[in-house]
Amino acid sequence: MAKVLMKGNEAIGEAAIRAGCLNYFAYPITPQSEVAEYLVRRMPEVGGVFLQGESEVAVGYMIFGAAGAGERVFTTSSSPGISLMSEAISYIAAAQCPAVFVNIMRGGPGLGGILPSQADYLQATKGIGHGDCRLLVMAPASVQEAVEMVMNAFPLAEKYRNPVMILGDGLIGQMMEPVAFPDHLKSEPTNKDAWATNGMDHRKSKSRNLVKSLFLDPVQLNDNNLQLKAKYERMRAETVMSESYNTDGDYTGLIVSYGTMSRVCRTAIDMLKAEGIEVGMLRPQTLFPFPEKALADAVSKPSCTHVLSIEMSMGQMVEDVDRFVRGLLPVSWYGKCGGDIPTPEEVIDVVKERFA
Amino acid sequence: MQSEIMFAGFGGQGILLIGKILAHAAMEEGFEVAWVPSYGPEMRGGTAYCTVVISDRPIGSPIIKNPLHLVAMNGPSLKKFAPTVKKGGIIFINRSLIDFGADRNDVDEFPVSVVEIAKDLGSVKAANIVALSAFVARSDIVPMETLKHCIKAEFSEKAKLIPLNMEAIAAGEKAARK
Repeated sequence: MAKVLMKGNEAIGEAAIRAGCLNYFAYPITPQSEVAEYLVRRMPEVGGVFLQGESEVAVGYMIFGAAGAGERVFTTSSSPGISLMSEAISYIAAAQCPAVFVNIMRGGPGLGGILPSQADYLQATKGIGHGDCRLLVMAPASVQEAVEMVMNAFPLAEKYRNPVMILGDGLIGQMMEPVAFPDHLKSEPTNKDAWATNGMDHRKSKSRNLVKSLFLDPVQLNDNNLQLKAKYERMRAETVMSESYNTDGDYTGLIVSYGTMSRVCRTAIDMLKAEGIEVGMLRPQTLFPFPEKALADAVSKPSCTHVLSIEMSMGQMVEDVDRFVRGLLPVSWYGKCGGDIPTPEEVIDVVKERFA
Repeated sequence: MQSEIMFAGFGGQGILLIGKILAHAAMEEGFEVAWVPSYGPEMRGGTAYCTVVISDRPIGSPIIKNPLHLVAMNGPSLKKFAPTVKKGGIIFINRSLIDFGADRNDVDEFPVSVVEIAKDLGSVKAANIVALSAFVARSDIVPMETLKHCIKAEFSEKAKLIPLNMEAIAAGEKAARK
């Protein structure tokens, strides 16, 4: 398959089209505005729609509308913009509609900055909206992986009738790398006649579909929440992804890191290896569901004495790491915020200071 | 084996473009590549730089604090980044705009007056391509033929600019070889 050199943001836009998504509604924000710049030109070429909303709040509900009508739809934004969409995301999850949200994270809180960050981990995995709603969250570490995750996101959103989020840091959006758009990841939108409000004319079923998130009856609302919970349990059982690095042999400690940060850690692990220090890494590719079993397996290695969560945040994923290590080993955090990404040398210093 | 090349100058000099062309050429040669721009809150006329990482294995950290080579297109870039270049690397200096040196004795310092060369070819806009060509000829990081192919691809929608850029390539190569 021929590779092309593409910026992450542009590749994400193209991946959505290749995945059969022809609806993109968005509001520009650095560091992901190139998705819109790309799709404003590209969508008309394929008969798709790019519509710029008047705000992220409006975009969130445009997504809800299209998803409720059974259309493949997605948006991209960055941290403050995602916060503005969070109300709609909760509604979409409650109404059990599929949609894809891409968050190319920048530093926060507040307007923060425009440089790469991973400070929306807790928001994405635990606090995306009010009520008991969760997203399936995937975190790419390269432009190629971002493409594959976007292409996978649409069928997964439809499988679970739930929003899916791609959580990348600013560098994933801004960086250019060679990419291929794998044909085997192309998919057709599934038949949504059973629930989507897509008109009665062409459907066999004559039952009326209603997309809603309001359940005033406590039993009905509890039932809806039980359905959502059952889906989240299915995600935990079926759709966990992670990658291990340097874990075949013995290692004195385990780094847990994702996205761009995990690449810096990989370089640090190679440099430590050259010094005779073995450190393993677990890279979660899904953040929700978290790869708890892979983590438990990795920390069960007798040589492993410490677990270190390295993040471009003030320590968010470390809460999950700590939870799933279950007190078996000391867990600590290292990270930085604001766009100044820790270097391999800094990672090496921390490893040596904590456990090697 | 991994090489990192930082291209630095001010906005409008075509810095990001020549980085992209080099990354494309290295990809065509079968290398793993990453092109990482600076995208801070820079204003027009402010600094612009990008790093191209070229490797024969999957690239770990794409963030490079110490590049192997530097292509400095203006004075502030040379001042800021010359001390970060690895020992044994090339520091390319745009002599047309920079009247001082890298102040290093462990690198290959390589000044070329790219603006004058480009003016002689008919357009100052080709100065970035002259610089890229001279750097590639000096470093042998990719074959010149591949570079030419990638420049043609980059300008495929502005085909009338291709002859000028091919002359810029030849002039840059000549500057590196003499």
